[in-house]
Amino acid sequence: MSDHSTETRADGSHIGRSQTRFEDQALLRGLGRYADDLATPPGTLHAAVVRSPHAHARVLSVDASEALALKDVRAVLTGEDVKRWAHPFPVGVRGAPMEHWCLAVDKVRYVGEPVCVVIAEDRYRAEDALDLVRVQYEPLKPVIDPEKAAAEDAPVLHEAVGGNVVNERHFRYGDPEKAFEEAEHRVSIKVRFPRNSCTPIECYVVVGQYQPATGVYDILSNFQGPYALHSVMARALNVTSNRLRLRTPPDSGGSFGIKQGVLSYVVLMGLAARKAGAPVKWVEDRLEHLQASSSATNRVADMEAAVDADGRVTALRYDQIDDCGGYLRAPEPATFYRMHGNLTGAYGIRNLSVRNRVVLTNKLPSGLNRGFGGGQMYFALERLMHQVARQLNLDPLDVMRRNLLPADAFPYRTASGALLDSGNYPGTVDLALRDGGYHELIRRRDQARAEGKLYGVGLCAVVEPSISNMGYITTALTPEQRAKAGPKNGAVSTATLSIDPLGGITAHVSSTPQGQGHQTVVAQVVAEVLGVDPASILVNVELDTGKDPWSIASGNYSSRFAGAVAGAVHKAALQVRARLANIAATLMEADPEQVRFAGGKVFIEDGPSLGFHRVAGTAHWSPALLPDSESGGLRETAFWTPPQLEAPDDDDHINSSLCHGFIFDYCGVEIDRVTGEVHIDRYVTCHDAGRLLNPMLVDGQIRGGFTQALGVALMEEFAYGEDGSFLSGTLADYLLPTAPEAVEPLILHTETPSPFTPLGAKGVGEGNNMSTPVCIANAVADALGRDDIQLPLTPSRVRGLIGIDEPPAPEGLEPLAAPRAGGPALQARDSVVVPASPQTVYDTVLDPETLRAIIPGCHALELEGDNQYRADVTVGVGMIKARFAARVRLSDLDPPRSLRLSGSGDSAMGSASGSAHVTLVELDNGHTRLEYVYEVDVGGKIAAVGGRMLQSASKIIIGQVFNRLAQRLTGKPVGGGLWQRLRALIARLLGKGDAS
Amino acid sequence: MHAPAEQRSEIELELNGETRHGRAEPRTQLCDFLRHELGATGVHVGCEHGVCGACTVLVDGVASRSCLMLAVQADGRRIDTVESLARDDVMNDLQQAFSRHHALQCGFCTSGILMSCVEFLQKVPDPDEAQVRDMLSGHLCRCTGYTGIVRAVLEVARQRQSGESQQNASENPNDV
Repeated sequence: MSDHSTETRADGSHIGRSQTRFEDQALLRGLGRYADDLATPPGTLHAAVVRSPHAHARVLSVDASEALALKDVRAVLTGEDVKRWAHPFPVGVRGAPMEHWCLAVDKVRYVGEPVCVVIAEDRYRAEDALDLVRVQYEPLKPVIDPEKAAAEDAPVLHEAVGGNVVNERHFRYGDPEKAFEEAEHRVSIKVRFPRNSCTPIECYVVVGQYQPATGVYDILSNFQGPYALHSVMARALNVTSNRLRLRTPPDSGGSFGIKQGVLSYVVLMGLAARKAGAPVKWVEDRLEHLQASSSATNRVADMEAAVDADGRVTALRYDQIDDCGGYLRAPEPATFYRMHGNLTGAYGIRNLSVRNRVVLTNKLPSGLNRGFGGGQMYFALERLMHQVARQLNLDPLDVMRRNLLPADAFPYRTASGALLDSGNYPGTVDLALRDGGYHELIRRRDQARAEGKLYGVGLCAVVEPSISNMGYITTALTPEQRAKAGPKNGAVSTATLSIDPLGGITAHVSSTPQGQGHQTVVAQVVAEVLGVDPASILVNVELDTGKDPWSIASGNYSSRFAGAVAGAVHKAALQVRARLANIAATLMEADPEQVRFAGGKVFIEDGPSLGFHRVAGTAHWSPALLPDSESGGLRETAFWTPPQLEAPDDDDHINSSLCHGFIFDYCGVEIDRVTGEVHIDRYVTCHDAGRLLNPMLVDGQIRGGFTQALGVALMEEFAYGEDGSFLSGTLADYLLPTAPEAVEPLILHTETPSPFTPLGAKGVGEGNNMSTPVCIANAVADALGRDDIQLPLTPSRVRGLIGIDEPPAPEGLEPLAAPRAGGPALQARDSVVVPASPQTVYDTVLDPETLRAIIPGCHALELEGDNQYRADVTVGVGMIKARFAARVRLSDLDPPRSLRLSGSGDSAMGSASGSAHVTLVELDNGHTRLEYVYEVDVGGKIAAVGGRMLQSASKIIIGQVFNRLAQRLTGKPVGGGLWQRLRALIARLLGKGDAS
Repeated sequence: MHAPAEQRSEIELELNGETRHGRAEPRTQLCDFLRHELGATGVHVGCEHGVCGACTVLVDGVASRSCLMLAVQADGRRIDTVESLARDDVMNDLQQAFSRHHALQCGFCTSGILMSCVEFLQKVPDPDEAQVRDMLSGHLCRCTGYTGIVRAVLEVARQRQSGESQQNASENPNDV
């Protein structure tokens, strides 16, 4: 790896140079202007969102009167307001009558779904008032597993749709049936790709304003595009699109696709501002972000390959399910179709059969996430290729080489329609093997294995698409549906160059960067064309749809900057240069062809020379001197769209992206037999991303994407309980790689310029998010000789794969009962001895006054019916304390032997329900042993942030109930409870004798 | 913040070398006070539960999470934020090294990381890479993969070390 900091190019040109960033000065000095740093209008109010604690429930009522009674609360936006003013979001697939509103209006379909918005004088007060909004839910059975959701008998999320499969398409290219019939071997694999998120460190921010006089919603947000979603937001706000003025701040604290999902909150805060009659600001917190912003789509893929005797793959069959969560939020189901042209990867496979099903489950809606669709697709394809080698007992590298497209194949049309623009796949592989020391790595593996270590090598080849075809999503529709809707295609990018009267250059791009360094590269391109110092150029990257040039493809996604946006900048700069050459030629009485631009001068070789500012200034100060073709003023806007991005054809061929980089990765991993930890011994990633505009920034993109992918491979998963509780609600539960876990990859490059982009550049930002998870998975598969590799490869999961037997428990220790799969539900049993007869104990429990006294934190208990009570209870788990409106019930009464005590309740922190079956056993001395078996279920915030503490907390709380009962009967604490037994155990261990 | 004045107490602290006053409720987090009351928007808030490290500031010279501290606890103390590092519009050696090594992309985590580095290099002037990575483990960066950050910190440590030895050499010209 080179240190780029001092690199300069011999020819003095700016493009291709590792220019340090012009963004850095402000960001390093704390002078960045992120969304939450910008001044707000006087009188701006602050919003907090009431969210569902249930994964699936009917909303019976919302009562905000108590919240509104607080003097600092100004308004509460409810589903009723939303129904009055807004529309549901348009859905990307036809024929699915699903309603997705920005607030739940009838049902909630995932934990964290917005139910209403409290608007108050400041954020603290808005959050205070959340606890006072009473929402009544009728919980419904949730469905979390996508395969179960697709089944006939699954609970249905959207009754109007009738089932959870909201889109299904079958595709056939070539003759897959024949290829499978004739194949020597058939190799199959089934894989699951988990939910995760690249989690920007800055969360969502929205400042909404509504102007009643014009009906304009004026909304600032750290939205990242694509701006095709502007239409979705305008439709949801029920305004013509010119009445949604959407603005972005100068800086954004990362996005990686995730800030596409802020679109629902743009609509929500617009409506909140309308409701409050004042500007409303909302800053998302981390729990909200993790549980309810956006996520990668989890996928189940069943794959099969038809394979020749020598390992050549002749056909692929994909059967895939994408789980898009509670709602199909635009641009989903794009996770499938972004990659549709690339389903055959880097290989020359002509026969392809595909079945794609999109299902809904009770999880947060999925959306863009760096590597969008690629991580999922390549995890299946490259695991399958690894499996082909394993099953045929071939070297995975040989299998890959036999199937790679040859160097002379380009441009190449894949079976499903992608036009691969350029590349040299075998050459890139050779380069990576040589410069990355592949053969030495294989020797290292053999050596390690000889020493008895678990060591594996994995590899993968990935075609990295960039610059999405805005029509690819319509592949989800049938050709007939497409014909009706009209063709969609292209990818319009735009850039504007303004030269002011003193020659100052300002560039504007509609690419809404989120840290990639667009300002620097734009300056490099403009400086190169106009012969000026790049540091003299100001680049504005704020986007205001009310006055800036933009189109539906604007925004920051699909790695479109280097290929498309920098290309549009180049085009705008050339337009400006042509005009300046014309002006200079007139001033210098020369031919425009002879005019040169360099060193801040405009000149004729060996002839007259003028300062750049003089020539540019002429267009403003002395328009009468200009040639007739000149209109005066100096501002050029360029739009650019590549003709190769056509709409899908009637046979469902789609060129889903304009550019296709190539990545070949390999790695060596060593697995700790005892802990199951996967240690990356070496990682080599070789990229062909076309022409590199700024190599330092390219390597920065690769390292960042690689580290996120490392997290995907080894650490990160949005975990859900079986009841739909979200279990990854803090950054202590959702673990990200930190500096000690990060691995330094060896980055190699080769450059095959794209013939389709103005500068020959391709996208590079997402490749490792596609390649690295499966490369590591293949290495682990190689190390363990296992096929069933599931991400993330956490130590506990890997240890399970190694298959070590648990050592027997030390004598005298009872093994813990196996926890119930999935959910945060807790089951346990315990007992307490009470010095009273069973009948006395029984009667005492049935007395309401006793019940009130023995429930910890019970403020009030009212009889509601026969043995049914309404209670007001405060419960604390760790640092969380919540006040529950609860119902307590005594049932299964069998006096004086047994009864069931159950309760359920809702609080601002989530929901909880529990039930204990109590048996009274009379002891010889007339006392009673009260035995209880209980089960507790929690949902909402408590489950998301307190999961690790629940086991012990519920044990303590329930223990308190029965110990208090015993105390009430005897007037003093009694033995037999958890604490007493612990104390006895400690005493015994310390040899204090007393084993009572 | 529009809280009733009677609930808010007067806070005086030294922010980046200047005495500053403001009012805060007992529950106001230090990060919110610094950002919204005193205008130090270089302090970034990423998780509000003490994991991401973006809000790190120096409290009496010690790197601290300003999301886990109350504003009232900072009364009478010296607080240094990222805004303190540049002098006369010139970035300090650490900031310059961050730029040279492309140690930041979106920049959101950077202000907190810089403040941890400031304290770290004072305590550990000649660190090895493992020590630098260990110090950085209290911060989350999603853009860079940490490579540039580690290189920048190691380079500054090296430069400061050699700068000191040169200084010593010039003071003692015969002691070579």
